[in-house]
Amino acid sequence: MTQSPVYDVVIIGGGPAGLTAGLYASRGRFSTLLIERGLFGGQIATTEHVENYPGFPNGISGMELGQFMMEQAEKFGLKTISAEASGIELQGGLKIVKTSEGDLVARTVIVAGGSQRQKMAVPGEEEFTGKGVSYCATCDAAFFQDQAVAVVGGGDSAISEALHLAKFASKVTLIHRRDELRATGILQERAFAEPRIQLLWDTTVESVEGKKFVEKLRVNNVKTGTKSAIEVSGVFVSIGFRPDTDYLRGILPLDSAGHIITNERMETDIPGIMAAGDIRHNSAKQAITAAGDGATAALSVERFLTESR
Amino acid sequence: MSKPTAINDVEFEQKVLKAGSPVVVDFWATWCQPCKMLAPVLDDLAEKYSGKIHFVKIDVDQNPKTPAKYNIMSIPTLLVFKNGQPVSHIVGFRPKEELRRNFDAVLG
Repeated sequence: MTQSPVYDVVIIGGGPAGLTAGLYASRGRFSTLLIERGLFGGQIATTEHVENYPGFPNGISGMELGQFMMEQAEKFGLKTISAEASGIELQGGLKIVKTSEGDLVARTVIVAGGSQRQKMAVPGEEEFTGKGVSYCATCDAAFFQDQAVAVVGGGDSAISEALHLAKFASKVTLIHRRDELRATGILQERAFAEPRIQLLWDTTVESVEGKKFVEKLRVNNVKTGTKSAIEVSGVFVSIGFRPDTDYLRGILPLDSAGHIITNERMETDIPGIMAAGDIRHNSAKQAITAAGDGATAALSVERFLTESR
Repeated sequence: MSKPTAINDVEFEQKVLKAGSPVVVDFWATWCQPCKMLAPVLDDLAEKYSGKIHFVKIDVDQNPKTPAKYNIMSIPTLLVFKNGQPVSHIVGFRPKEELRRNFDAVLG
């Protein structure tokens, strides 16, 4: 790759936080490049229906919302590329963002890389991925028409996945390690009202088993210690996310779970490096709060660039 | 211009199993967001591997036989065929670099 121009801002991550930061920075007339290694739109893009993002009284598909955010930012000059970040180096007043497509030189960086799906890390999970273990109910529900499936998790995304699966599967067992759901009230109401969804409380999955494909899950009741097996042809894992900051260890201050620590202006301890969205310590992990973080981070970038001029 | 060609269950044998070069088959559906995101990545790779690897895509909703035959239970799935046999099986969205490594390995 040829020598990178010096960008005013390089944004790592193309979810609501990064795209909103890109919108603000581009409108501020700063040269802005956003890199995304996977899906533009981020996690929200894989959500079937978003009904808690204000401005859409009938809800909106996550894919469309992500596309709208990207179009809006690009309209004001945001440049985007597909690349994966692998590090940030400080060189005088500049930052070098190491990526799969070469080094990028920037005056400021906004880290908005969000998080990755948490895996169960139990025997059989890797082996049966694509053979009954899935991380996307909207993608794969149709393959499980009239079959028994399980969803692991108790948050908003787990319940949304279970409700979607209930339209296809004969039975959906929702396996949750606690005795109450973390999901928001309205989703709980819908899950309890759906006869095909059955809840298995206080339960963790110990292994995924089968011959060529998933046939059963071995589960453990964490209160009684009782072990049992449930027969399913599919298991949808939705147990949350972990921040995508492995490549930032030793560069930015992180909390014990790996989230980036910032102040209320989204500034990290390193001048000119901001963080926004789910990757940040104490993030509410909502599309709308991520977007808010992105705007705040871009305004901090603007202040930084103006003051350091 | 060599973008992935849309094929159906009937054409599968001729266009994949009896093809002279390796073929990447993209199993996808309209409701699958990661599939839609993978499409431009494959468009780009189809261009890069033009003349070496042929790229096709099959809508699993319209063509249930082929995904059932190859036990596809998750999309997007990419199957890479060489001499009529699946030699590589890639589940889920993957960054371009990872796909490139995989395809290069198939070409050996």
